[in-house]
Amino acid sequence: MDFKDNRPDPDELLASLKLEEEKSKRGKLKIFFGMCAGVGKTYTMLQTAHAEKLKGCDIIIGYVETHNRKETADLADGFELIPRKTYQYKSTTVSEMDLDAIIARKPRIVLVDELAHTNAPGSRHAKRYQDVLEILDNGINVYTTVNVQHLESRSDTVAQITGIIVRETLPDEIFENADEIEVIDLTPDELMQRLSDGKVYTPERSKEAIESFFRKGNITALREMALRIVADRVDKQLHEYMQLKRIKGPWKSGLHLLVAVSHTQQSAKLLRWAKNLSYTMGADLQAIYVETSYRPDLKESEQLNKNITLSRQLGIKFRFVTNSDMVKAIVDFAQKENITHIIIGKPRVRNLLTLLRLGNFVNRLIRYSGNIDVYILGSDLQSKDKFREKVSLPSFTSNIRQYFTASLIIIVTAIICFSIKEFIGYQVVSFALLFVVSTLAFFFGTGPILLSASLSALIWDFFFIPPPYTLHVDRPEDMLMLIMFFIIALLSGVLTSRIKRQEMKIRIREERTNALYQLTRELSTANGIDEVISIAKNDIRKYFNLNCRILLKNEDNKLDYPTQKDTTFTISKNDMSVAIWTFQHSVKAGKHTDTLPSAKYTFYPLKGNQMNLGVIAIQHEIIFTQGEEQFWEAFISQISGKFEREYLRGMAKQAFILNESDKLYKTLFNSISHELRIPVATIMGASDSLLTTQHTDEIRNELSYEIFKASKRLNRLIENLLNMSRLESGRITPRFDWCDIHDLINKVTESLQDELKLFSLHIVIPDDMPFVKIDFGLMEQVLYNLIYNATQYASTSTNLRIKAFYDNGIMTLQVMDRGPGFPAKEISLIFNKFYRVEGSKAGGTGLGLSIAKGFTEAHKGTITVENRQNGGAKFTIKIPTEIPQEELKGITTNK
Amino acid sequence: MNLPETILVIDDEVQIRRLLEITLSSNGFKISEAGTGREGLVSAATHHPALIILDLGLPDIDGIETLKKIREWYQKPIIILSVKNSEDDIINALDNGANDYLTKPFKTGELLARIRVALRQNQGSEVDPILTFGTLTIDLANHIARKNEEILKLTSTEFSLLALLAKNSGRVLTHQSILKEIWGFGYIGQTQILRVFVAQLRKKIEDDPAKPKLLITESGIGYRFHE
Repeated sequence: MDFKDNRPDPDELLASLKLEEEKSKRGKLKIFFGMCAGVGKTYTMLQTAHAEKLKGCDIIIGYVETHNRKETADLADGFELIPRKTYQYKSTTVSEMDLDAIIARKPRIVLVDELAHTNAPGSRHAKRYQDVLEILDNGINVYTTVNVQHLESRSDTVAQITGIIVRETLPDEIFENADEIEVIDLTPDELMQRLSDGKVYTPERSKEAIESFFRKGNITALREMALRIVADRVDKQLHEYMQLKRIKGPWKSGLHLLVAVSHTQQSAKLLRWAKNLSYTMGADLQAIYVETSYRPDLKESEQLNKNITLSRQLGIKFRFVTNSDMVKAIVDFAQKENITHIIIGKPRVRNLLTLLRLGNFVNRLIRYSGNIDVYILGSDLQSKDKFREKVSLPSFTSNIRQYFTASLIIIVTAIICFSIKEFIGYQVVSFALLFVVSTLAFFFGTGPILLSASLSALIWDFFFIPPPYTLHVDRPEDMLMLIMFFIIALLSGVLTSRIKRQEMKIRIREERTNALYQLTRELSTANGIDEVISIAKNDIRKYFNLNCRILLKNEDNKLDYPTQKDTTFTISKNDMSVAIWTFQHSVKAGKHTDTLPSAKYTFYPLKGNQMNLGVIAIQHEIIFTQGEEQFWEAFISQISGKFEREYLRGMAKQAFILNESDKLYKTLFNSISHELRIPVATIMGASDSLLTTQHTDEIRNELSYEIFKASKRLNRLIENLLNMSRLESGRITPRFDWCDIHDLINKVTESLQDELKLFSLHIVIPDDMPFVKIDFGLMEQVLYNLIYNATQYASTSTNLRIKAFYDNGIMTLQVMDRGPGFPAKEISLIFNKFYRVEGSKAGGTGLGLSIAKGFTEAHKGTITVENRQNGGAKFTIKIPTEIPQEELKGITTNK
Repeated sequence: MNLPETILVIDDEVQIRRLLEITLSSNGFKISEAGTGREGLVSAATHHPALIILDLGLPDIDGIETLKKIREWYQKPIIILSVKNSEDDIINALDNGANDYLTKPFKTGELLARIRVALRQNQGSEVDPILTFGTLTIDLANHIARKNEEILKLTSTEFSLLALLAKNSGRVLTHQSILKEIWGFGYIGQTQILRVFVAQLRKKIEDDPAKPKLLITESGIGYRFHE
């Protein structure tokens, strides 16, 4: 029994749920889809809008192109119209849809014609579909129109059919994710009729259009394509529906395609084809590029970038892998990602060497891919092109100086050899030269090596091989040696330079890894947001040679205009709006991107795992290469991670404080409520007794004394609580004034005279005790608490010593009792708030000692406790203080 | 002094007012009450009390402000009743014309003593040129102080300090007011000088200088000579 039968694939279900959820928050996109211009998309869109409007829906026109068609224009009349935004770009005035006005107006539905339109330069986004995405993000529904030829994946085919290259293309992803698609279909004959009636273009243009584009064959092909796309989509929707509703169906689950892409134009085609295949197969698709030791030239890099952009537009996830072995990289990746099908293009054969290499590539891929299917797509580029491309020899990038130096070294070697050729013989000379050429290869590029190889062969031939001073070679073995010499010199040169290049690549990678490591290490020790910012700035300057500016969100989750001035990096109001856009959408924007490319800087979002933290702005003139961009993203993701940790730590700290205060509250209630109730009960009981019962004078006095004692206890508790709250709020600022320690101790012992009566009190103060600068009131409280404590825990009639002395800038106060002392394991805790030694007698809140500690620390002093040798506790307070200067001592002695 | 003297109590706490009423009337005073600073001002003007007890924490007007307003025309004693831990407020009040202070919670006996001292000093009766405090006698006219009939060797500053405190016996004097009186304005803030002289004086006049009974420290405020 297979219980899995009716269960939908959890991965797919999750994906579809996620999609649902994302869609529900966003506005809905409805596309009116047609095979070509003139089928009446705009007209139908307006008609549908009218019907909605009649139902009372808030629907407006954001942008509609009527092409001067009267019927369409009439229909459009009935709607509120957001005026187009016109602005100056360079010398021309351009007008585009006013995106911000639409978002600000926030209608229920907005009509936006021609989704594939390319915006004029200077607009926020390069493409209109990006505008539409932003509108959707704001929860506004959009009606729009698209022609089949504008779909990215179909543009090739359309170009093949009609011979017209379509420039305004729309990423397939947008189309696929549309919530609703309505096909506007006309038979080719009807369309031709409409054209010739002049309903689509003006009569003159109609004629031209019919001849060039609207041929019946073309139209039929386009129509088929449009209907096929929609049919596929319906199929897919059905599939999704079945998946969602757990209807058993014939769908294949878990097909994963991987397309291997190179830096050739052929790969673009490969991507489109793979997209179509994945669409019909219902499989997901990823693309992979393997960076090997081969260094693409500028044109190839550009093509690679185009391929990457294309794959993003097609909604294909693009992966970038570095490995010298292309086959291994692809297979490893495929196995890791559970790929079921690998798609590659047929390798281009450029010369014998690549034929061997690439033929091997296909064979090896097939061999190692195991149970993964491999599709090899044919190449249809004209074969002429292939051979016109340059031979895959390393490029001549070395400069003139290198050529010159290499030749010079060869000539010098030759001269030396020439002077000693009598001793070594001309054959040995060839080895000397060979050695020099191979050595040069370590330092110079391929060009100079080729030059020195040829030069040394010529020199050897001309000056050394008999007969000398001719190029003629007598002996056949010399001829053989000359040829071998030339080949060896050439090969060793080329191979060395290739090794060098590989080495350089590895070194770059190592440097990057190292840079990331350094960054991580520095960040791990950084403390606080400011330090992280300065580390980030320094490292970005160090490793990218770029100035940057980091803008972090504030507490309200918004991006603030930076208050600090940074003269090297000023951020204008305009830049700020780009920064905010980047922050809100967490997509890079600004210079060198599709969004707001006219900005001065490029803005990258700082994305953490759970939240956006801000943006980083950089000013760079050169576009990052793919590798650099990846490095950069890894770099800023480290930085964002650290920011997030710092941010979360701040939040955790706050939570901790809250939690602590909660705990404090509970302890407070437990301990205080008891301490409050007892004296209150005494007061109530005693006073009630006085009120209701006729007592003798003696008993009345006794009861009154009990009331007095309870009030004193209550007062002491309140004093302590108030002092504690003063300490907690951090509002303790000692009022330092000169103080006579005699006076202080006397004051405290006097107020505790009732308690102290039962003890034998010893006060030890040296005669030369100077005045000290302390807060009399606070220290009185400290001493009071210590002595009161001693009287509570020590047994009566024992000794109680109070000692004060001054030594070297420190005043010391000691209170010593002969009580039980403190248990060793708790002694470190007794200054904690509300801490009471286990099993200590009832009464007391555990506040006294912590207040003593707090007040002592407010004096920048310390308080310690230790158990005395023969029993009892000894509290020691040390406070740094100044004492009166000499001149005052003069007054003292002057009698 | 057969007529009972009126004491005005300005305090917003009914319970405190009630307690004071009971205590004071049973000690032969007549009481009028005010719950706010404004009421207090009106009441002071209409009843012309012999003494005012003023709480510093009033709901409407700040206690110090009330004190200043009353002092504009009122010559008789004002005693401040205030919560503890507000030494600055107390000093401020004393500097602004209050005669004495008491912190809540207070002992009624102490309050009565303060009231008597304040009323007596306000009578304006000629100060007896010879003051006696237990075994200590101070002859103000001849600048002589005796302890157990023996003449004390006092410097002139020591005697001035002793005389000032003794003339105001029972009443608190702030550090700064003593400094101003004996040493002059230039010495305000030099409390260490005052401490030195107080310590010296105690050695000469007290039975046990470590446990002074005559020259008493008022924590953080000043000194009071025992009545």
